[in-house]
Amino acid sequence: MTAVEARSDSATATGSAVLDLVLRFRALGLVLALAVLVGVTASLNPRFLSGQSVRDLLFAAAVTLLLACGMTVVVLTRGIDLSVGSVLGLSAYVTGSALSATGMAVPLALLLGLAVGAVCGALNGAIIHFGRVPPLVATLGTLYVLRGVVYFAAGGSRINASDLPRAFLDFGSGHVLGVPYLFAVSVLVLAAVGVFLGRYRAGRDLYALGSNPEAARLAGVPAGRRLMTAYVLSGALAGLGGVLYAARFGTVDASAGYGIELDVVAAVVVGGVAIFGGSGTALGAGLGALLLTVIDNALPVLRIDQFWQQAIVGALILAAIALDRLVSVRAARALRRKGSHVD
Amino acid sequence: MSALPDPAPPPVASLRGVAKSFGAVRALRGADLDLYAGEVHALVGENGAGKSTLIKVLAGLHRPDAGTVALDGEPVAFADTAAAMAAGIAVIYQEPALFGDLTVAENLFIGRQPKGRFGLIDRAAMRRDAAALFARLGVPLDPDRPAKGLSIADQQLVEIAKALSRHARVLVMDEPTAALSGVEVERLFGVVRALREDGAAVLFISHRFDEVEALCQRVTVMRDGAHVSTDLLADVTVDRLVRRMVGRDLGAMFPKQEVEPGEVVLEVEGVTREGRCRDVSFTVRAGEIVALAGLVGAGRSEVVQAVFGIEPRDAGRVRVGGRELPQGNPRAAIRAGVALVPEDRRQQGLLLDLSVMRNATVTRQRSLARFGFLTGGAERRAARDWSARLNVKYGRLTDAAGTLSGGNQQKVVLAKWLATDPKVLIVDEPTRGIDVGTKAEVHRLLSGLAADGVAVLMVSSELLEVLGMADRVLVMREGRIAGELDRAEATEESVMFLATGREAAA
Repeated sequence: MTAVEARSDSATATGSAVLDLVLRFRALGLVLALAVLVGVTASLNPRFLSGQSVRDLLFAAAVTLLLACGMTVVVLTRGIDLSVGSVLGLSAYVTGSALSATGMAVPLALLLGLAVGAVCGALNGAIIHFGRVPPLVATLGTLYVLRGVVYFAAGGSRINASDLPRAFLDFGSGHVLGVPYLFAVSVLVLAAVGVFLGRYRAGRDLYALGSNPEAARLAGVPAGRRLMTAYVLSGALAGLGGVLYAARFGTVDASAGYGIELDVVAAVVVGGVAIFGGSGTALGAGLGALLLTVIDNALPVLRIDQFWQQAIVGALILAAIALDRLVSVRAARALRRKGSHVD
Repeated sequence: MSALPDPAPPPVASLRGVAKSFGAVRALRGADLDLYAGEVHALVGENGAGKSTLIKVLAGLHRPDAGTVALDGEPVAFADTAAAMAAGIAVIYQEPALFGDLTVAENLFIGRQPKGRFGLIDRAAMRRDAAALFARLGVPLDPDRPAKGLSIADQQLVEIAKALSRHARVLVMDEPTAALSGVEVERLFGVVRALREDGAAVLFISHRFDEVEALCQRVTVMRDGAHVSTDLLADVTVDRLVRRMVGRDLGAMFPKQEVEPGEVVLEVEGVTREGRCRDVSFTVRAGEIVALAGLVGAGRSEVVQAVFGIEPRDAGRVRVGGRELPQGNPRAAIRAGVALVPEDRRQQGLLLDLSVMRNATVTRQRSLARFGFLTGGAERRAARDWSARLNVKYGRLTDAAGTLSGGNQQKVVLAKWLATDPKVLIVDEPTRGIDVGTKAEVHRLLSGLAADGVAVLMVSSELLEVLGMADRVLVMREGRIAGELDRAEATEESVMFLATGREAAA
């Protein structure tokens, strides 16, 4: 017999075909939610779909989307990176200062931001791996420390648009075929991270680590190196986000990116990345980021109170987590049922 | 090593005088093992004899303190599991550790997926390779399904397929059949025999002698972390093996006192918990030790947890001394005089970071307190008193409970519950992971309690313990009571027969 044809009778993971479908096409659900939201909003206010409005939306989504890619990588390993907001602030300030002092070219500024972020990420990774500190605590610590560094360096000063090179500001506000450069950068990164996670051994190792750390150890997955990669990547992308932030707003002060880490975690969770690690995709997280941004922009158009925006985001997070719990409970039950009367 | 004439080919893997200690516990003290190509080698011994530690040394998980590990006659020192795997050693654990979120194919090839252009994983090739492996094993597993939800038997087959794909020459199986049904065991044995024909050296660990006889050519007995004997299976009898495993008079090991049982204290009627246990009824009399035997996963722990009220019951009644216990209420159970010593003492039985004293008295804080405050004196006296009675070996009463050895930890847990003066004592795997000497002490203690009129309900996976201690044996299978045996009827065969629902093979 050929093994592939003879599928075992219980090919579902959760014991429910519907749940399996929901899981497999979770991204589809997000796209659907996006479409409904955009459709309803546009039908009430057609200007919501005007070129300028869409561009504004993409501008607003660019940074969260970028950071969500990095956060996905970390959350997959059962970790979390709360320091991304502070890393973004530090990178924005450092590259902004360098730009105003030297007038360096845009690609160089992007690289500088990446480098600053990567160093911060390496610090996180080192604390977590070598210090055996839980990621939540380690990155909470660096959140404060790095923000403190920014305040110390910047003091009350700010970098203004007039200090920055023309080319950099053009990069920040320009667009091609209606798509802002900033958003295009984020989408390119999203694609790269998606391929890395899905199709490279190192990327798959991250899933393995998050899915079952003990098994990963037995299978010889180099946990330390992979965790380091994850945090360096998350830091580097937050650093890149700092450059995008500076380019978009033109002004940078010590509070740049303050509190953005929670938006990013929310986007990742809503996007279907399991907070317990092991499952989820960069695409999902990207869609989550987009959905939250659209909610952000659509509610004022719909004249819905600001309060509801927060409540809706909260409800989405709870729904996403509830779905994950439901799936794992169902999976456990299906397994038990099978285990109790085999063959 | 000893009585055997040296066979012609040298062993594929060979362990000599391997020793390994964890803190004060000497898990291995001079273990020897030779594995030959094309042979299934059984490793038997009581729980705590050091079998698992020996495997972990072979798997590169532990580094031996002394002794050598050699492959093809060359001494090797594995830095980690990856090194052992690269050298051709594959271990299949009792409960395989798979990545539930990844597909079966990816579980097989994690870290060495076939690569195509640009170093990308070639998923089609990976799927094809996985399908080919399963075809070779003759099992219909879909490489694309997630590992989550696979039965234990299928998970083991995934692990075997993994070992095959790594061209493992040494395959170690740690009690692979413990959670399998009869059909699954047959399928597994078929696979193992095929691997043996292909020249693999297989190390097979099992508590079931019928399986050892059906599958193995050679058998090594371990006791107290040391090598006892290695024989061709044809040359030994099960009786001899059992005697070597225990290595001491059964009477000394299981000092059972004859007690005339009194009135029924614990009555369990039709206890059901969906998916865990069904319609379980039994009684325990004062002075009686009743054992709940069965395979791992048969629902024994679930029954006692439902009786004690940690787990809710879907149906059924529990009465203690004629009074019905409300369901899902462990406090009421404690008030009624029931004590539960849980299976996992580190997780459920002890507060590892707190002192020995606090652990021993935590169940009685109210009665030891004066005006609502714990006074050190009374607490210290009570703790010292109980520790002395149970012969707990500790440094200081203020040492953290986590620093004690497994046996002494178990005694502290017992002390804590005995201090409540229970009428019904439920012990779940009372001697798991305890050294042999302490085991006998725990047994003596349980026996003494029964003699004092306590009704003892004992869950145990150790057949010898069940046979040695129990007045009656209730055997569970798949959540139900499969049968009841009294002390005279209970033998290894009769218990295993009920537990597995099949005749002993061969």
